[in-house]
Amino acid sequence: MKIVMAIIKPFKLEEVRDALTAIGVHGLTVTEVKGYGRQKGHTEIYRGAEYAVSFLPKIKIEVAIAADQVDKTIDAITSAAKTGQIGDGKIFVINLDHAVRIRTGESDAAAL
Amino acid sequence: MTFKRPYSAGLAALAVGLFAATAAYAEPTVNKGDNAWMLTSTVLVLLMTIPGLALFYGGLVRSKNMLSVLMQVFYTVCIVTVIWALYGYSLAFTGGSDFIGGFSKAFLMGVTPDSKAATFSVDANISELVYICFQMTFAAITPCLIVGSFAERAKFSAIALFIPLWVTLIYFPIAHMVWYWAGPDAISDAVKALAAAGDAAAKTAAQAKLDEVNADAGWIFKKGAIDFAGGTVVHINSGIAGLVGALLIGKRTGYGKDLMAPHSLTMTMIGASLLWVGWFGFNAGSNLEASGGAALAMTNSFVATAAAALSWMFAEWIIKGHPSVLGALSGAVAGLVAVTPAAGYSGPMGAIVLGLVVGVVCLFFCTVVKNAIGYDDALDVFGVHCVGGIVGALGTGILVNPALGGTGIMDYTAGKIADYDFTAQMISQAWGVGTTLVWSGIGSAILYKVVDVIVGLRANIETEREGLDITEHTERAYNM
Repeated sequence: MKIVMAIIKPFKLEEVRDALTAIGVHGLTVTEVKGYGRQKGHTEIYRGAEYAVSFLPKIKIEVAIAADQVDKTIDAITSAAKTGQIGDGKIFVINLDHAVRIRTGESDAAAL
Repeated sequence: MTFKRPYSAGLAALAVGLFAATAAYAEPTVNKGDNAWMLTSTVLVLLMTIPGLALFYGGLVRSKNMLSVLMQVFYTVCIVTVIWALYGYSLAFTGGSDFIGGFSKAFLMGVTPDSKAATFSVDANISELVYICFQMTFAAITPCLIVGSFAERAKFSAIALFIPLWVTLIYFPIAHMVWYWAGPDAISDAVKALAAAGDAAAKTAAQAKLDEVNADAGWIFKKGAIDFAGGTVVHINSGIAGLVGALLIGKRTGYGKDLMAPHSLTMTMIGASLLWVGWFGFNAGSNLEASGGAALAMTNSFVATAAAALSWMFAEWIIKGHPSVLGALSGAVAGLVAVTPAAGYSGPMGAIVLGLVVGVVCLFFCTVVKNAIGYDDALDVFGVHCVGGIVGALGTGILVNPALGGTGIMDYTAGKIADYDFTAQMISQAWGVGTTLVWSGIGSAILYKVVDVIVGLRANIETEREGLDITEHTERAYNM
């Protein structure tokens, strides 16, 4: 089992969700996050005060999937979240040791 | 249809006897139209302060200090309201010296629903109580403006002590100096008595009486300075006190380093708009009569404000590349400040020019000057209110000129509009500006020092980092 974690542009969330649903991923967790990569930040000006805002708002999504679904999940996210501009985000794949569905007690593959 | 009469004939006779004793009974009643307008104006000025100014300021601070600003404004309104009734009105608006009134109307002694206050016209009176309430709202909003300059770092206990001291020793005297005079009726009566005086001795006595009536006025008033609705009393006064406070209390921790962006420009937009709405009570209400003069003040408060919002916005757009919401809102407030002393004196085209000028001047002070000198006037009380007030006070001296569409200045002794003299009027205006800057600047500095010794001015650094809402008030503005 794997966790696919993707940092994407906030306005791409719906498209990514649709793409994941289309390949049979039924469930994901979304977090509003801030951060920076190559996109760096931007400047905000309030009257005379200029602030360099280095942390930009992004969306982090996490999906837990079987190991054999990783490639098509990555493909789905990549194609849906891509704009071609700096700041499209990144995808990280992490090993998942164990999973439990709280309602039934099912574990691992049956819990995904 | 019949009405039940709750009073017996005996009670009614007693009441007549009581009212007759006040002498007001026999005189004509107040002008009900003017009275209605002043009742309305009074609540409009309260609307400017709460929630107008409170939200305007609150939106500009970080969310952890939102409640502290709301509380400081609300507290100030309440404490000044009570003080005003106890002795503030008496100190500001009774005769005494050129610099401060006396205690003859302390606790509103002798003021009844039948008491009348003068307006700017002979034989047009309003209820003294509505005049007291109207001026009360001015006394309340002025110190509220100050707290913006040291927002996010002052102790509430310091503000709780500073505000009563400040209104007592700074605001009441300045209001007395600028606005206290005997009124048109007293002058008119003295002039009539002089005209009616038969022999030389009577003429001398009548002239002495007229001189005495004209001498019964505040120091700045007698210098000939005109201030329609409080450019000096409210804006220069609070603006310089704010600057002194920002300098003495020091910068916010992390100033120039940490992100101190406004937490809700939406609130600031609501507040600025309520300020504009309420300001019609402030400016058009200062006419004291629901006359053409009030309509002129209203017109000027519309056009100067709009012009100043546009001038700040376009100037920022040209210089910085973007038209900002905060810039447009700040420009509008600067325009309101500048038109305050001019509202009843300038023509509408003059007011537009005044607005265009003040938008750019205040932008310059809030950005270039503030950054160059490096003081942390958190919400630009000095840059908008003091600087805008000075632009307005001096601009009023120019725009009152009938040749520029102004109204000219009424000479109540001569009973006509006085000839306009540019140099003399500008010197008068400069006296108003200078006296206010010195009195409030030095006086406030002393009061800050006194408060610092007694309770300490500044919140400690942990309190400031955590935010004043939770540490000073044990509440959060937003639980979500």
